Amino acid sequence: MRKGNVHLGRAGHPPSDASHVDPAPAHAPSPAPGYPDAASPAPVYLDAASAAPLHPVAREALLASLDDGWADPAKLYTQARQARQLLDAATEAAAAVIGVRPDELRFTCGGAQACEHAVAGLLRGRRRAGDLFVHSAVEHSAVLLAAQRHVTAGGRAEPVPVDRLGRVDLDAFTAAVGQSGVAAAALMSANHEVGTVQPVAAAARACAERGVPLLVDAAQSLGRMPVPEGWSVLVASARKWGGPAGVGLLAVRTGTRFDAELSGTVPVPLAVAAAASLRAAVDESAALDARLRPLVDRIRRVVATSVPDVEVVGDPTDRLPNLVTFSCLYVDGEALLHALNRRGFAVSSGSSCTSSTWDPSHVLVAMGVLSHGNVRVSLHRDTRESDVDRFLAELPGIVADLRQEAGVTAL
Amino acid sequence: MTSTRTDGGCADDAPTGDVEILDCRGQRCPLPVIALARRLPHRPVGSVLRVLADDPAAANDIPAWCRMRDQEFLGSPADDSFDVRRRQ
Repeated sequence: MRKGNVHLGRAGHPPSDASHVDPAPAHAPSPAPGYPDAASPAPVYLDAASAAPLHPVAREALLASLDDGWADPAKLYTQARQARQLLDAATEAAAAVIGVRPDELRFTCGGAQACEHAVAGLLRGRRRAGDLFVHSAVEHSAVLLAAQRHVTAGGRAEPVPVDRLGRVDLDAFTAAVGQSGVAAAALMSANHEVGTVQPVAAAARACAERGVPLLVDAAQSLGRMPVPEGWSVLVASARKWGGPAGVGLLAVRTGTRFDAELSGTVPVPLAVAAAASLRAAVDESAALDARLRPLVDRIRRVVATSVPDVEVVGDPTDRLPNLVTFSCLYVDGEALLHALNRRGFAVSSGSSCTSSTWDPSHVLVAMGVLSHGNVRVSLHRDTRESDVDRFLAELPGIVADLRQEAGVTAL
Repeated sequence: MTSTRTDGGCADDAPTGDVEILDCRGQRCPLPVIALARRLPHRPVGSVLRVLADDPAAANDIPAWCRMRDQEFLGSPADDSFDVRRRQ
């Protein structure tokens, strides 16, 4: 598990290296001059569902392996073998976490690429069985884009609806995969916009009964919750658990009909940092869950009472430990994001005005919940209770000011 | 904001019955929902307000508003057109 001074071991036991420089706290980067408001306290980053701040273990592993893992691991000379050994160790470490053999796992260039390869590989591998791709309506856009490409190429795709909480209709999902001509199905472990956990185990049983391979996008849950079971293909994204950006995971169980030629290799240092931080995240996950879950509960409770005309969405209990989403009636989502940013809060939104296409979030639409004035808050290991306190203290005034400006206070 | 009509007022070409038309075409969400919330209380209980809105979020947010405000969403009779009945 160890190669050179690269650390792939357990969290909390970094290699003793005197030259190691402690990373700066990830929640307090230096703000750009004059922005956010000079009067505001330290920036509070609350968008871990997009990218969690780099885990110290990831930084350590990355820096160490930059010196040892820069060569092309496919070559035959000494430097390449060193890189190869690092990559093999990283693959073994990540495979152990996911519960697959190393030869069932590979690193990709990001989670989106893992999704694309996963969908394309399954559909090509199963083209003799059929051309229908069944997926929940709330999958990540990378999966939906792959489905769209499949349809453009003459295939079929069937989205399965979700309920108001964002959970897939299991009966409809079961019926959909029971049709003839189903090539593959996809169901995410937990939703990236509203946090609702999906019934993957039951969906996997339905798929297994019909011999349909199931793709599980575990991007939001891996490193935070137990690895789901019953899947044929699993994908994930390192920056969601505190690994570096630009690394994804693609696990394909032996026996799955999968036909994808993956060219190129992910940079070895990124893979090493991803694997090391995944191990660290899993080791910390129980403690982090115990700390963040009550904070999310508190946000859900306080926002619902302190902000008038707000809809807190997603499943209140069967959800990701660190994510909460709510929509504020009559408020422009983009204006809300900017107002929060001026007060130092970095959050995300599913509102249409924050997307490049003017389309509202397909997740919120599938759930039938308000899409404007939407805010997604996602916590991480550097989130302090005082950050949440300040967010909850400032949010009602920020929303009230925006409503005042828009003249929508008495509607 | 390219609408020629952003006041959310009613159009002159309202169809038969007590259906009033609120033309919010060209407005970005949440403006059509705000216009609906402003206008509906001035209509009699039981009457229908037809909101014309071409923002992609309107098809989702108008029914969602009806649910939150306990008003009745009757459906979409045509593209970019949404009927709401005042329930209370």
